[in-house]
Amino acid sequence: MATSTPTRDAYASPPREPREKPPSERRQLWRSRLWRFDDKASPYAYIAPFFLVFGAFGLYPLLYTGWIALHRVEMTGLDSMEWVGWENFDKILHDPEFWTSVSNTFLIGVISTVPQLLVALGLAHLLNYRLRASTFWRTVILTPYATSVASAALVFALVFRADGGLLNWTLGLVGFDPVNWANGHWTSKLAISIIVIWRWTGYNALIYLAAMQAVPNDLYEAASLDGASRWQQFRKVTIPSLRPTILFTIVISTIGSMQLFGEPLLLEGGALGATGGNENQYETLSIYLYNYGWNLGHLGPAAAVAWAMLALLLIIAAANWFIGRFVRKSAV
Amino acid sequence: MRITRSVAGRRRRTAIVATTGLTVTALLLTGCGGSSDSGSKGADADGNITLTLADFGQFGYKEAGLFEKYHELNPKITVKEDTTAEEKNYYPKLLQQLNSGSGLADVQGIEVGRIKEIVDTKADSFADLSKVIDVNEWVSWKAKQATAPSGAVIGAGTDIGPMSLCYNRELFEKAGLPTDRTEVAKRTAGGWEDFLALGEEYKKKAPKGTYFMDSASAMFNAVVSSSPEQYYDASGKPVYKESASVAKGWDLAAEAASKKLTQGLAQFEDQWQSALRKSTVATVVCPAWMAGQISTYAGDANKGKWDITSAPGTTAANWGGSFLAVPKSGKNVDEATKLVKWLTAPEQQAAVFKAIGVFPSNQGAYELPDVKSATLPYFNDAPIGQIYADGAKSIPEAVLGPKDGVIKDSISTQINNMEQRGTKPDAAWDVAVRTIDKAIG
Repeated sequence: MATSTPTRDAYASPPREPREKPPSERRQLWRSRLWRFDDKASPYAYIAPFFLVFGAFGLYPLLYTGWIALHRVEMTGLDSMEWVGWENFDKILHDPEFWTSVSNTFLIGVISTVPQLLVALGLAHLLNYRLRASTFWRTVILTPYATSVASAALVFALVFRADGGLLNWTLGLVGFDPVNWANGHWTSKLAISIIVIWRWTGYNALIYLAAMQAVPNDLYEAASLDGASRWQQFRKVTIPSLRPTILFTIVISTIGSMQLFGEPLLLEGGALGATGGNENQYETLSIYLYNYGWNLGHLGPAAAVAWAMLALLLIIAAANWFIGRFVRKSAV
Repeated sequence: MRITRSVAGRRRRTAIVATTGLTVTALLLTGCGGSSDSGSKGADADGNITLTLADFGQFGYKEAGLFEKYHELNPKITVKEDTTAEEKNYYPKLLQQLNSGSGLADVQGIEVGRIKEIVDTKADSFADLSKVIDVNEWVSWKAKQATAPSGAVIGAGTDIGPMSLCYNRELFEKAGLPTDRTEVAKRTAGGWEDFLALGEEYKKKAPKGTYFMDSASAMFNAVVSSSPEQYYDASGKPVYKESASVAKGWDLAAEAASKKLTQGLAQFEDQWQSALRKSTVATVVCPAWMAGQISTYAGDANKGKWDITSAPGTTAANWGGSFLAVPKSGKNVDEATKLVKWLTAPEQQAAVFKAIGVFPSNQGAYELPDVKSATLPYFNDAPIGQIYADGAKSIPEAVLGPKDGVIKDSISTQINNMEQRGTKPDAAWDVAVRTIDKAIG
């Protein structure tokens, strides 16, 4: 940009001798001022639509949620707001269920994100080879991503059903006892993670694939001249070139797993889904928020949960940044 | 890339800015305004009216063919029903619609566990039905439940849930228990303690893989709902921690769980349904509307194997029951009120009872042959009309509270944990208290 757009002042006001300005020149001056203003203001006008929409649908709700978090607001009487200060935050921070859902969210986040990204990396590597019908394969691995959360979760709910579920039926054929997947503390988390992994692996694989194709071929040629095997090339050339992309997918997956909602809600559905199981064994933060606000009808604490989630995300982002910096430094 | 500027170019830019501006404004407007389509459109040119009725679970009007009948009687009126399967999903939606004032149907169903909260906080949003409907026709406590402090009656009583006991004759016989309904009633006449004793007897010779009860939380509900004092006192203060009926129900449930008399199923969920299909439970605590659930899920294969007898003990109990309310904001409040009056009149309530076994709240229906001499073929021709009508007369007037529904659900979940996971009663109670206090707070 900077190279192709010279400042307009160069055209607008050529040096002149000082003399009385004729009307045409005054117009010229006026016009140059307008241009200069245009020059400075137009970029903002161009990006304004995004920020207006963001302000209306992103920032305003965010701030208003914060305002609600400091009040007592009931579902049964939205018009009456009573100032309570930090009481709602105090309430949720002293609620063991909140901490259960924090740890659930993290555990599910880890057991879904780590295998997901590793598998995606492997898939991308395979897809990067010369394959027959490569477009077909690339489309196929993206299809899970194109299904809606609800339909995917409902289908998997049938798979993981305790009674007559597809998985238990298969296990029964092999001679295992049926497992009540949603009821167990680890099995329920595993089940939810599998839904997440199924939906997001293809998406991440395609992002990795795109990044891999941008790695210059010379690097591989040089590596193979030096006698590096395929695996060594993958480790020493591909992975380092992909580092920013990997960081990006980690951030996106982390945000995604913080907001995990549809999968746990629909795993068992009904009253159990809304509280994340009868011992809250798969209650995520979003489910906790939903239950507090919509089932119990207390919007104040629910809003406080939303802000707590934001705070957690910021902490994770900071940690990510530090780790990223550390890794980059130690790699040099 | 040199920017050439001409008047035309600038005009185009203004045009672009203007259109984006307009789009944004339009987005903002639609975002804030929401859609105002509420389903009812008032009358069209010919005076035809479509009334919408939103409800949950099974109200039985469709099954009894009442909407068609109403259309025959009033050719200009068509009724459209919008049913949500679970009340737990229905109620938050109703509150949201009441808050935003849009999306409400002309007639809305309200469950008894929620009526107090609606009366306390949203009475102004509903039309007073007491001028049109004779509320004294209902069992006396039903009208009180829906009466606002101002005296307005905001909900018309549909059904009530007098309690009985459904039992599987075949399983009783295999376990060496009596199968005759008067015999069974005699064995449990002393109350729920007797019922558990019968359960222990059942367990000794129980057919493999079967349990005496489906869920101890159902028994808990039955115990609590036979008492006038439940979760709140008359002044509206939550007293569930001190309530004698709650303590008694809890202890009985804990006993049933520790003695493994129950399969520990969450009622109405998948596994509960399949337990009925496979006949693995010998008894189900049976408010009137439960009979319909059993016959639906146990299916035709089990027809005639079930029977109904009066509930253990001598105090009658009520579990569940609903109301029909007319939101004031509707476009056809008068017509909707007329529909509600008709649907809750004795003849129609009797028809619903005949169709799906939901018991009338309107006492005028009790003398109608459809109710009085009703028997259920599915349940070995049990004389349900008589069983329930006897119960209905002696149901105590319960004190309701705004969060009854949530309290009941929270305790049920913890009873379920005692049954399924062997959670110690004290630990389970602590969690229940914490959840409930959160809900009330």
